[in-house]
Amino acid sequence: MILFVNDESIFLISSGFTRLFLVLLDKQVCTSRFWFNYRHVANSLSVYRSVKRLGIPDSHIVLMLADDMACNHRNPKPATVFSHKNIELNVYGDDVEVDYRGYEVTVENFLRVLTGRLPSSTPRSKRLLSDDRSNILIYLTGHGGNGFLKFQDSEEISNVELADAFEQMWQKRRYNELLFIIDTCQGASMYERFYSPNIMALASSQVGEDSLSHQPDLAIGVHLMDRYTFYLLEFLEDIHPASKANMNDLFKVCPKSQCVSTPGHRTDLFQRDPGSVLITDFFGSVRKVEITTEVVNLTDPIEQVDESPANGEAREEMYSYVDQLPVSEIIHQKPKQKDWHPPDGFILGLWTLILLVFFKTYGVKHLKHIF
Amino acid sequence: MATAEVERRRGQLAALSIAAVVIIVGVPLWWKTTETYRAWLPVSQIRELAKLQLQLSADVEVVFARGTVTPEQQKKVPLTQTQEEDHAIDDDTALKYRYETKYRTATIMEEDALNKPTAAEADLSLHVLSESPCGSLVIYVIPESSSLLPEDVKVYIGQRRTALLRVAPQMRTAKTLEQLLHHLQPHIKQVLRVMSFSYADITAALSDRVRFHPGNKESIADSMRAFKSSPGYEITFSLLNPDPKSHRLHWDIEGAAQTYIQPLLTKMSPVANFSIDSQTLHYAMLGVNPRFDNTRSAYMLNADSLAHVINPVEARLGSNAASSNPVLNFLLYVPDAYHSPLYIQDQNKQKVPSNAFHSPRWGGIMVYNVDSYYGPEAEFPVDININMAKVMGVFLAQLRLLLGVQSSPPPPGFLVAPCGRTGLADWELDRLMWSRSVENIATATTTITSLAQLLDQIGNIVINDNIAEQVSSAVTSLQLAVAELEAGNLKFALQFSKEAILASEKAFFDPSLLHLLYFPDDQKFAIYIPLFLPMCVPILLSLIKIASEARQKRREKQVKKD
Repeated sequence: MILFVNDESIFLISSGFTRLFLVLLDKQVCTSRFWFNYRHVANSLSVYRSVKRLGIPDSHIVLMLADDMACNHRNPKPATVFSHKNIELNVYGDDVEVDYRGYEVTVENFLRVLTGRLPSSTPRSKRLLSDDRSNILIYLTGHGGNGFLKFQDSEEISNVELADAFEQMWQKRRYNELLFIIDTCQGASMYERFYSPNIMALASSQVGEDSLSHQPDLAIGVHLMDRYTFYLLEFLEDIHPASKANMNDLFKVCPKSQCVSTPGHRTDLFQRDPGSVLITDFFGSVRKVEITTEVVNLTDPIEQVDESPANGEAREEMYSYVDQLPVSEIIHQKPKQKDWHPPDGFILGLWTLILLVFFKTYGVKHLKHIF
Repeated sequence: MATAEVERRRGQLAALSIAAVVIIVGVPLWWKTTETYRAWLPVSQIRELAKLQLQLSADVEVVFARGTVTPEQQKKVPLTQTQEEDHAIDDDTALKYRYETKYRTATIMEEDALNKPTAAEADLSLHVLSESPCGSLVIYVIPESSSLLPEDVKVYIGQRRTALLRVAPQMRTAKTLEQLLHHLQPHIKQVLRVMSFSYADITAALSDRVRFHPGNKESIADSMRAFKSSPGYEITFSLLNPDPKSHRLHWDIEGAAQTYIQPLLTKMSPVANFSIDSQTLHYAMLGVNPRFDNTRSAYMLNADSLAHVINPVEARLGSNAASSNPVLNFLLYVPDAYHSPLYIQDQNKQKVPSNAFHSPRWGGIMVYNVDSYYGPEAEFPVDININMAKVMGVFLAQLRLLLGVQSSPPPPGFLVAPCGRTGLADWELDRLMWSRSVENIATATTTITSLAQLLDQIGNIVINDNIAEQVSSAVTSLQLAVAELEAGNLKFALQFSKEAILASEKAFFDPSLLHLLYFPDDQKFAIYIPLFLPMCVPILLSLIKIASEARQKRREKQVKKD
């Protein structure tokens, strides 16, 4: 999954409606582990690359990749992730900033990033610093089913949880408009439960359909991309920062003839007409600028910053290292007491034991009193 | 047989007692141990806060100088009046503006001050005489013949909390005090709107509660330019040197920040905390190519291409990773020797005098040309000392805009004094404090009410004691802030509103409030059935058996009777 966050300022256009100061946030998340899910990582990285090309800085992108394909020991071309057949395009590059990697990509972390409920020690790059003027793009890819998306092969996020998270974001005004794109099997089920305003959603397949992957590469040995994202990317390659393409064009991406599955979209929660929403509202970023016309007249000379004797004394203090990790203590530590849980099946076994004891004591003939 | 009877009785008693234990002890125990801990929240008070009735009070003193009132009008002065204005924004939000106006005549010392040659000196001496408390205003009404103000100016707004209002010719016709006041009223109102709170500012501050659509383009731009209220801001000054081979730049940023920027920040410390840092970036280019203009023999940057400058540079700017406060970036770009001098031109192809531009809610960039510092035969790299006063003048102006100090130009006929050494006039600070208090209160109330709604809706979230504490303290602070605003104590109102917003944000964004406990009903059944079914089936069956035996016995008794 990739969450992109981009700040966008739009020039005010006098075309009949007012556009607010837009800050775009993208979030991209790829939720799949294992080498054969190479294509999900390539999906996320390709969308990441397009969004960066259109001007969004890394400080506004939260990228979550569940596994490291570029340095996977099964990768015949290390340090690369390709998205096109014949190894044309390396999307991994040298300026990819992954904010959540590997086992950090969990449902809990994803929901924490969305709702903002992160511990205070979380650095800025791992947070979604959006406000009420931000447009957010969320792109999810991985394995999914009817009403859920699989994370890391061990947990799931349901569509209800996602809808609740968006509602919490709306309550706290953490977004102005939200574009949700999902490329998984039965992806349309994930946006069925949304109920917060200003959300537009696209999915690569309807409920009951599978999203298919695009092309295997014989040199690398796995499928490189999914079909929907592949055609989405072809569409995005034609977009430049001043482009006027709108959302209706995005809805037409990857028709059934190319995608085999039927892409779906949902716009009933969105207030503006999709035909008037530019692609660059969510994918690109152009800042609004104003010329500075007024200047403050400063005439005082600069005061010298003196170092008083008190300061001088303090400065002579020697620097010292902070207490290092007490390694020797840790090595020789006793194992930590974990909370004790009764063994599995305990309760069933307990009841069986009670019943057996009862019948042993009083004889089997009492069985008829019970049954 | 007796023993069979006893055995049967014992069996029945065993089944009944097991059933009793399960129902009386087991069910409550299970219920208690599986409920989520939810500390008590002051829900009724929160619901009261959802309906926000704000009253903003300002004290105004109107002083009549000699020559503005006739002797018989003077008899009725001193006089106190109260004016109230009601605005209902929407169903849940209502505003009331209350001005308590005191009218009096000027003292002799004030008359002396008003006889000074220029308005600025008059302002200074008036300030020496009496200092107005935070949130109040004094308006001096001066006669038409006074030479303090130039011809077309009717109001002069000073650096502190005073304004000079010139009487218009038609006011001379007023006979009674009431008529005079009636003539003065609209002018006074106009001054108040500029110097204290205006409808536009306050409703913009309420934008968290009320999604409203402002009227015109200018007001949208104004409302989007300033940063939202935050307990702290980080200011970063960056020097971009794309050509270190030619220019070796020296800037005394520490001294300049201390001298020019710090006074403003110290004055604004009731509003927010600020931290300043600086950095120098070498080989940092602008993302756009300037064009050479033959007529001016300089390179020109179009206004349209300015928008594309920021994003490539932003990627290279560092920021303080530890805090999530909004960052204001001020960049000083010194063009490389090949592209010097570089000027910015506006829409009308005119050179911009400040050579700087800013981006709303981000920061500002200034282009500083150094080609005049050296001649063509200079030996590279050239040592250049940057004139920090000029640079800081521009950055200070941009800082004022970005912090929301100055939002809209004053109406015609008004002359506003330049802001002085600190960069901030007292009345500007007051105005900022009004709108920040209102904004904080609005945001805190929406946060608390939506948190209460959320916790109500999702029954599975654990509410710890510390969250309940934060919520209670936020509610208390909010009530105090609203009360202080009503009373007109601006400083206290702002302080309480800041406490309220800190507590409410902390409560809302507490990491423990994550709800991962979505269990659909079928999953709940799947968990409980293997635990309880094997135990309940024998009990139920035995109870049914006892009941059917008892009924049979009763029927037999009936038959025996007959």
